[in-house]
Amino acid sequence: MDWSPLWISLATSLTATAVTLVVGLAAAAWRENRSGAGAALIDGVFLLPLVLPPTVVGFFLLLLFGRNGPLGKLLLQLGATVVFSWPATVIAATVVAFPLMYLTARAALEQVDPHLLQAARTLGASEWRVFREVALPLAWPGVLAGTILSFARALGEFGATLMLAGNIPGRTETIPIAIYFAVEANEIQQALAWCALDVGISIALLGGLYYWTHAQRLRRERWGHH
Amino acid sequence: MRSGCDASVGGTTDVTLEVQVEKKLADFALNVSFCAPAAPLSILGPSGAGKTMLLRCIAGLEKPGRGRIALNDRVLFDSEQKIRTPARARRIALLFQNYALFPHRTVAENIAFGLYGLAPAEQAARIATLVARTHLTGLEKRYPRELSGGEQQRTALARALAIEPEALLLDEPLSALDTHLRAQVETELQDTFAAYRHPALLVTHNMEEAYRLSEQLLVLSRGRVAAFGAKEEIFRHPASVEVAQLTGCKNISRARANADGTIAALDWDCRVRVAATIGKAPKYIGIRAHHIDFLESAGDASTQENIFPCWVVRTSETPFRITLFLSLDHVHGEGGAHHVQAEVFKEKWLRFRERPFPWHLRLAPESLFLMDG
Repeated sequence: MDWSPLWISLATSLTATAVTLVVGLAAAAWRENRSGAGAALIDGVFLLPLVLPPTVVGFFLLLLFGRNGPLGKLLLQLGATVVFSWPATVIAATVVAFPLMYLTARAALEQVDPHLLQAARTLGASEWRVFREVALPLAWPGVLAGTILSFARALGEFGATLMLAGNIPGRTETIPIAIYFAVEANEIQQALAWCALDVGISIALLGGLYYWTHAQRLRRERWGHH
Repeated sequence: MRSGCDASVGGTTDVTLEVQVEKKLADFALNVSFCAPAAPLSILGPSGAGKTMLLRCIAGLEKPGRGRIALNDRVLFDSEQKIRTPARARRIALLFQNYALFPHRTVAENIAFGLYGLAPAEQAARIATLVARTHLTGLEKRYPRELSGGEQQRTALARALAIEPEALLLDEPLSALDTHLRAQVETELQDTFAAYRHPALLVTHNMEEAYRLSEQLLVLSRGRVAAFGAKEEIFRHPASVEVAQLTGCKNISRARANADGTIAALDWDCRVRVAATIGKAPKYIGIRAHHIDFLESAGDASTQENIFPCWVVRTSETPFRITLFLSLDHVHGEGGAHHVQAEVFKEKWLRFRERPFPWHLRLAPESLFLMDG
């Protein structure tokens, strides 16, 4: 059996999750003290990938990164093509997972008592220190939940990936795409094997999450947060 | 706007914190201007007078609409020169009403927050000093959740003092504490103030707390300075009805000056002499409840001024004192309307209670004060 879809899926999801975590947190932190029409508009753009069908997202990405797309042209000048390459799987997974990270991170940051952030400022802390040493540690359980949701979403990504990265075995063929083409080729055993693996990964993920939140709860009870 | 620093208060000239703040709030405008010397200053006012907002403006957490804030030689805010120092660079510590301790940091780690950038050895030494000074020894590794209210307050104070602030702002520091803890924490605060050589603004709605913790007093009402000066003077002679009420005066009457030098107290249905010189057309007259005196015998009545017969219409007891609601004419009788209220110790009440009415009360001329508005 060719295990490459497993490694591609894991590499793609982990990379996409890492990118989502950083960008999603930054976007959530940036958005925190802003209001008004501009911020609301940006919210809409950020959340679009959540409400649009993945194929539509994939199609937009294809237009953007294609040979004649604005970003595609730019990359071409640097000697790189994204479409139908491994980075395309990462881009598709990142864009689709981003709204989940953004939403949960924002909710988690909003729950932090603003007095704590203000106290930190009066004690001489820079905004970066306020975020890193006060806001983030207190919002961390929510941020972690968002990370796991993002990872799960990236792992299951199919439509946008197929549109942007296609199905190139050994390069862009992730588990969901492998399952689809196995079923199409009537290789039911193969499809079942991949499904079983997917279920296994999901259970491991949920188990890890449960174990971790339990340990966290014990620790955080000392902080007075539940 | 006039600089609030032209006239220094109580002869103090070493003015170190200059505050002129104008800011629109939901239902009134904050418009405050004063100078605080390097000493404790209590800011007294009812809930919603703008006290907390004032502190937040000084700390740099809120932006005033207009004004100027200067600490020692540093201009922290000036709307005209477009200067606005961020909170982190002001070196002004703010003690929040709920203390705002970092729940994920221990006592030592909370105190260490403001010691960022110091060498670990120096940091440890500074923490040790502050812990000892605020009586937190042995609690360094506890989380805020595991501390009593008083210990939380002391941790917040130690954390604030760690940055060696040039001004200390305390927002209702005792209000979150149980009654039995308050007296103790108040004493600790007095010790802290005694050792602190910079301005310390203490916001409170409790006039006794305000009186005990500072020599200077600023009375704030609906965003304005209603009185500012030495506390004895403000309590002895409130400048307005508002200040009289905020400093706990229970007896206030409309007043009119008579041609013969007496004052007609319209709401008390009597005419009195006052020791103070009468300005032009005083509008109100007041006397504190504990200043109303009772004559031991009716025979004294002819020899002194401002003696009036009175009848008790109602009483209200506290553990050691009793408030007597008195009518100065017999018409109202028991349970009727009262003219003035007097506050006396229980011992005196026990001596007087069996005596037949009318008793005779005295409104001492030196205890009566006149107000213009």
